[in-house]
Amino acid sequence: MFSLVTFLVVIAMAMTLIRAVRGPTPYDRILAVNVHGTMTVLLIALAGFLTDRPDFLDLSLAYALLNFVGTLAALKFFKHGHLGEEP
Amino acid sequence: MSLALDILSGVCLITGAVMMIISALGMIRLPDLFTRLHGASIADTGGAFLLLFGMVLQADSFLVGIKLGLIGVVLFLTAPTASHAVAHAALIGGLSPDDPKVNQGKEEAEEDHT
Repeated sequence: MFSLVTFLVVIAMAMTLIRAVRGPTPYDRILAVNVHGTMTVLLIALAGFLTDRPDFLDLSLAYALLNFVGTLAALKFFKHGHLGEEP
Repeated sequence: MSLALDILSGVCLITGAVMMIISALGMIRLPDLFTRLHGASIADTGGAFLLLFGMVLQADSFLVGIKLGLIGVVLFLTAPTASHAVAHAALIGGLSPDDPKVNQGKEEAEEDHT
C-alpha cells in the first residue's frame, strides 16, 4: 500500500519538475518548486511509514517550514529586486 | 475494527495520491500561471489532507499522530499564503489575468506590446 502511494507521489513530483524546467516565467518555476516541496514533505512522511522509522516525521516538519521560507524569499527577491537591504 | 480502519486508510491514501497526479497534470496542461494556481492548490489542500489522514489512521503511537497533525497545520497555514504571494508577485511583476497571451513568455509579451 505505502509503496504504491510513494510511487504515485514520485511520479507527480517528476511531473511538477517538468513544469519547473519548461515554465516560461519565473513565477511558474517558483510555483512548481513550491508544489514540489509540498510533495517532498509528504514523500518524506510516507518514507518514514514505509521503512517503519517514524523519526522521519521531524525531518518532514522541518522541510515544510523551510519550503515556505524559501518560497517567500524567492518571491520577495523577484518582486523588489533585493532582499531588504538598501538598494 | 482494525480491518475497517485499514480499508479507510487505504482509500484515503490512494485518493490522495491520485489527487497529487491530477494536480501535477494540471500544472503541466493548463495554459498560464493564474490557471496553474488552481492545479497547485489541489496538491496543497486535498492531496496533503487525504495523505496525512490516511497516515494518521495507520499510526501506531500517539506521538506520531500528533506530529502528523502538526505537519497538517503547518501545511494548511503556509500553502495558501505561498499561493497568494505567488499570485500577488506575478500581478505586480506584469502578468495579466485578463490577457493570457502576456503570460506565455517574456519575449512574446514584449513583441505583443511593442
